[in-house]
Amino acid sequence: MKPRHKRIALIVGGLVVLGIAAMLVLNAFQSNLVFFFSPTQVAAGQAPVGKSFRIGGMVKEGSLARQADGVTMHFVVTDTDKEMTVAYQGILPDLFREGKGVVAQGKLGDGGLFTASEVLAKHDENYMPPEAAKAVGDAHQRAAANKAAAEAASKTIKQ
Amino acid sequence: MTERVINWFKYASPQTFYPLAGRLIPWFWALAALFGAAGLTIGFLLAPTDAQQGEGYRIIFLHVPASWLSMFIYLVMAFWAGIGLAFNIRLSGMMASALAPTGALFAFLSLWTGALWGKPMWGTWWVWDARLTSELILLFLYIGFIALQAAIDDPRRADKAGAILALVGVVNIPIIYFSVKWWNTLHQGASVSLTKAPSMAAMMLWGMLLCALGCWMYSIAIALMRVRTIMLERERHTDWVRSLLDDKG
Repeated sequence: MKPRHKRIALIVGGLVVLGIAAMLVLNAFQSNLVFFFSPTQVAAGQAPVGKSFRIGGMVKEGSLARQADGVTMHFVVTDTDKEMTVAYQGILPDLFREGKGVVAQGKLGDGGLFTASEVLAKHDENYMPPEAAKAVGDAHQRAAANKAAAEAASKTIKQ
Repeated sequence: MTERVINWFKYASPQTFYPLAGRLIPWFWALAALFGAAGLTIGFLLAPTDAQQGEGYRIIFLHVPASWLSMFIYLVMAFWAGIGLAFNIRLSGMMASALAPTGALFAFLSLWTGALWGKPMWGTWWVWDARLTSELILLFLYIGFIALQAAIDDPRRADKAGAILALVGVVNIPIIYFSVKWWNTLHQGASVSLTKAPSMAAMMLWGMLLCALGCWMYSIAIALMRVRTIMLERERHTDWVRSLLDDKG
């Protein structure tokens, strides 16, 4: 074995060992690297109790409501399976929209109400002009309408 | 056939690579200017407004190329460092040293533009999510590489120590790239990837790709310029540098 081959073998061997070590470490840290918990994870008791943590999900359509005191906002965060109500006092980010992603940091109260100290908007990776977005939205609505019509039709046939 | 192979290896010596790099540099500058101008024109004048983010999304035309280049340059740097370590080629070590500052610049730009983008869109300059944190570690790796090489006087030992650091740091690159897939992060997933169709309007995508090409060509041009000065500095006691300087002086 020439010294050069020995060096190459050492480098390759070192990189393989390092890669495996990194994989094991990342695996061990898996839960700590999570930036936020989904409502389903919170419902399953995976979120820390009594400590501040972040929840993430979609803002449920039509759930944003200003409370009687005039400064507190309530909205529902959903991952389409489980839901959580969030209370927040402060300015919501520009991209905060109903039906869009959100990450909120705060504590879970006794009544299941999540009191947030910070609310961040999480946008998706899609970039398109407004006309295209409208076309996509319209297509979704048409698809939903078609589906509803088809279901109604199948019901009438069954009857 | 064998002659051709030998021809390529000829350029592994600083003496022959120095004039070649000098001839290539103006071409890469020209390409960088061309792609950069085309990309920015499309990005700022022709690409449509984004439905969600309005005009603010246009920082993408610097943010994404900077992030791509920061990761890509690291891989190239580690590749040259590894070749230098394995085959004891002087030029490889010099290439690695020449790439590091440009890589650090792009890593910094990526973090900086990301912060400027994050404040209006997400509502925060910085969060410790996996994507942002691993990119910050990349910047530290670049700075560590530069500092380590600067701390060792003997260039060959500096190359070796730097190469080991660069190779160990390669582990971080897949972590940055896949962090948005592996963990819940505030940063959104990839808009452009090899495995699926890009989720961007065509004009936005073209602007971004052209800007990335411009940054790439800039990186090559500036790295070649830097490697030329490193060559002169390290080989100043050799005959070819002396005769080169005599010719000029």
